[in-house]
Amino acid sequence: MAHSVRRDAPELPDFSLLKRLARDQLIYLLEQQHDVDKLYKVEHKPILYRTVRGCFLYPLTNWFLFPDVVNADKAFGRFRRYKIIFSPQKFYACENLLEEQGIFGDVTTDEWSFYLLPLDDDIISLELPEFFRDYFLEGDQRWVRTAGSALHLLHSVYGPFSKVYGIGRCSKMAYESWREQVEEGEQRARQAEIGNVFLIDRDVDLVTPLCSQVVYEGLVDDIFRIKCGCVEFCPDVTSSDKSIKVMLNSQDKVFNEIRNEHFSQVFGFLSQKARNLQTAYDKRSGMDIKQMKTFVSEELKGLKQEHRLLSLHIGASESMMKKKTKQDFQELLKTEHSLLEGFEIRECISYIEEHINRQVSMVESMRLLCLLSLTENGLLPKDYRSLKAQFLQSYGIEHLLTFSNLKQLGLLVEQQPGETLTVMESRVGKLVNDKTAGKLTDAFSSLAKKSNFRALGRRLNLVPKSDEEYDLRVPRDMAYIFSGAYIPLSCKLIEQVLERDGWTGLEEVTRMLNGHEFAVTDARVKTDSQRIILVMFLGGCTFSEISALRFLGREKGLKFIVVTTAITNSARLLESMLDNHA
Amino acid sequence: PTYPKDLQEEGWPPLMYVTFLKESKRAVNSIRSLVEEEDEEDDVEKVSWSGEPVGSISWSVKETESSIRSTGEVRDQSFPKIHTAPSLPKNSSGYSLSSLFKGKAKTGSFQSFSESFGDPSIRNYAPELRKPKSEYKDYVSDWTPEETVKRMQQGKVYSLEKFRSLQDKLLLLDEAVNAHDGNVITAVLIYLKKSLSKEILFRELITREIALRHYIHYLKEIGEQKLLVELFKSMDRTEDMALMQYRDHLNVRDENKKRDFLKNCLSFPFSPDDATHVQDHYTLLERQIIIESSGQADIFKKYPRKASILNMPIITTLYYSCFYHYGESDGTFSSPANIRKTFRISDKQFLLTCLGARAKLKAWFDVDALFTTKNWLGYTKKRSPIGFHRIVDILQKNNAPVQVLQDYVNLVEDVEQKISLAQKYKCHDVIINTYRDLKDRQQLIVYRGKVERGSSEYRKIEEILSNSVRLWGEVSPRLPLLQS
Repeated sequence: MAHSVRRDAPELPDFSLLKRLARDQLIYLLEQQHDVDKLYKVEHKPILYRTVRGCFLYPLTNWFLFPDVVNADKAFGRFRRYKIIFSPQKFYACENLLEEQGIFGDVTTDEWSFYLLPLDDDIISLELPEFFRDYFLEGDQRWVRTAGSALHLLHSVYGPFSKVYGIGRCSKMAYESWREQVEEGEQRARQAEIGNVFLIDRDVDLVTPLCSQVVYEGLVDDIFRIKCGCVEFCPDVTSSDKSIKVMLNSQDKVFNEIRNEHFSQVFGFLSQKARNLQTAYDKRSGMDIKQMKTFVSEELKGLKQEHRLLSLHIGASESMMKKKTKQDFQELLKTEHSLLEGFEIRECISYIEEHINRQVSMVESMRLLCLLSLTENGLLPKDYRSLKAQFLQSYGIEHLLTFSNLKQLGLLVEQQPGETLTVMESRVGKLVNDKTAGKLTDAFSSLAKKSNFRALGRRLNLVPKSDEEYDLRVPRDMAYIFSGAYIPLSCKLIEQVLERDGWTGLEEVTRMLNGHEFAVTDARVKTDSQRIILVMFLGGCTFSEISALRFLGREKGLKFIVVTTAITNSARLLESMLDNHA
Repeated sequence: PTYPKDLQEEGWPPLMYVTFLKESKRAVNSIRSLVEEEDEEDDVEKVSWSGEPVGSISWSVKETESSIRSTGEVRDQSFPKIHTAPSLPKNSSGYSLSSLFKGKAKTGSFQSFSESFGDPSIRNYAPELRKPKSEYKDYVSDWTPEETVKRMQQGKVYSLEKFRSLQDKLLLLDEAVNAHDGNVITAVLIYLKKSLSKEILFRELITREIALRHYIHYLKEIGEQKLLVELFKSMDRTEDMALMQYRDHLNVRDENKKRDFLKNCLSFPFSPDDATHVQDHYTLLERQIIIESSGQADIFKKYPRKASILNMPIITTLYYSCFYHYGESDGTFSSPANIRKTFRISDKQFLLTCLGARAKLKAWFDVDALFTTKNWLGYTKKRSPIGFHRIVDILQKNNAPVQVLQDYVNLVEDVEQKISLAQKYKCHDVIINTYRDLKDRQQLIVYRGKVERGSSEYRKIEEILSNSVRLWGEVSPRLPLLQS
């Protein structure tokens, strides 16, 4: 609303094509190949289906449970033929399991290469929430080629790309995989609709997704959890006795205007909107029959629609306000901002400690601990030990496993005394030849994974001085998405690289981010679509980051298309670290 | 052509350059001469499964050459290949190179197969590929590790059975790792798992971090706990091993079995800190089983339990104990004091939990007792390890009446905080007394305007103000005169 839109901003390509493509493929697979006429969603309970020709939609995360389904059927004397259609790709491990379980013949497999789900005009999701855990925690690269293929699909429909920038190991691998697929396939000359691509690994910036979201769309996601662009509003919001499911995207005119706004601005906007609506309705009084007729046929429907949407978002805002007040959100945000700023850390620690002691939300406690560790480059051993002990007391000792995972990923670590590590590394480097040293560095990498957040913050001006006034009505930079307290590192990197057309001048920054940056150009491609930039997040991105990129786009006359393995937020990210799915 | 020294010394057939330097045309130019050398040295291997002699090497080299040229031309201008760390060097196991050469040499018959494969009548074989060799030995061929990996990535027919020597297997694995396709890496690992003894496989995985992580993840997913434990053991990753075994307690439903399982865990090589936690876990469940079967009936009747205490965290157990087992002697396992001691619960944590439980029961006398300490002269004083303003918060959340609240508001040291809390929770006495003690007539007058006229608070303020001279000594000349 308060933003001025640059008139020269380019138009986005039409992604509905992707949906059609995927749907047609599936229909082809089902109808032509297998004669299927019904789809079943598989859950972890016995399935009741009547037709012999059923089809399973199965979450790949649980592929190893599939034989149980078949064997359960067999135990009941039901002998059937099964077809698994993997999407987006086959798992050799799963096929092997079917073979080992002796059900390979009963079960045959196929692939539905459905890579990309357009969630909105500028958001495309691979819908792979498991990517984050699989790659960053387990070190499993099973989705790397998927990411490459997704990029390949976009390239062949909306490309050719002229520049690709990236940072992170996985980004590099996805780039390589994409490049190979381009070389394998034939290239058609066409008008490029997307010029530049930026690939970024989620672990380049883990601080941003762990911050509380305060932009409307992000807040809705944090509180109600948006799934596939769809949210279920509870009765609390709808002020009726049932919850309703709502699509949240640019088609929703009210939502579209508030989605990127700081929450503090939303109420004002909604009430203004409500007043306007009232005025429009009020026009009726004093109308003659003819005027009334045109009003009913032309305006009323739109007004009614707007009325419905308005009341929905007002309800949601009120409900969120209530929830957040109850949770002492103000104090929580204060702690977060102090952590980002590196200010009054002892106070923050005692706040977190009390949060744990009072057994308030486990994920929230974990989030704060991780933020503390990431911003401070790890916890002092004494603090680590004490906070871990208290956490286990409050939330259950089995979270030993969670701590081990968080440590492995570098989300929550103990500070290493002094420079022990660097000393150790250089000594190792001297002793053995290059090959082995490379391998050893790999082995150390999880230990050495320092976030360097403070230094990065200073170098990139991520944290504005707290004594400066920040007018949230007229945001001056991307920091507005975190109440002016922090510019998301991920988005700042993108801004800097685009500005510099590469990584030159950012050497210190990339060194602190563990390197793996690249910038490559295809000299042959001359394109006018340089100002349409595809940003691919490997491991998920948050709605706040998307809002920040939209802001950046408006400022610079660019259009960003966000491709992500999944939409994430702090809760999803941390829940994926839990080991309690026995 | 010149070769790296180490390769010459080890006397490896130089044809490996076909793959290693595939990217550069320099390699292509050198191939023809190499091929001839190779021809003389190694003709034993050139027999396919069917016993047929395989296609000529020079043919296959020409194939390679042309493919390099065609892709090379594209690459000159289009996106460049970037070094993708941390790909391991292909030759990380020194002896694994020869096989690459062998594979290359046999490309010929693959070509003929792929042609026949295009034939619709033969396509039916695809899903049934992994059948006994006899069924497909007529047409399956030997692909190089690189080709095999590529075919696997593309979902085409492939065969791993021909990778029989350790070198071949490792070369295949390294090639899969270099292709950055986890799906293929795992597939190769499954094959290696079946065809190598675990000792050998473990040994080779130590130097292959990426493959190792895939292997661990695979074993985790299919639940091969035992093998995983052996793997960690062989690599001296004892803490991982201990945690991995401990993780299994999540699968034990029955509480007695789970307790025994945890007891068994105590001997695992955890880090010292974790060992303490696991010990606690065992003790906790042991206690919970005892507590679950004890307690006095009347309190349970009055406040029925929402859930069993089994498998709850320590703090929840403490809360439960403060709720249902308060006042039991310290020696009893279910008493709060005993739990506090056993699990080394901090004063602060104990107080918070106990306060919550007793306040919930509206046992204000117990709440009072929590803070009361006696000094050696027998005077009592209220102390708290956490600020009294937090105590007030907690009490208020548990619907404590004003009479109780104001006692604690009074104990807040910071005067401003005290007044703001008192105002928030309408503790009039506290406010009035504070202003009186501060000798702040102005504020008292202001506050008089806020309370109900004629109420006891109102009268109290009136009284103080009229007695002001006696109470406060002199009336300050700056203060305005009272208006009644």
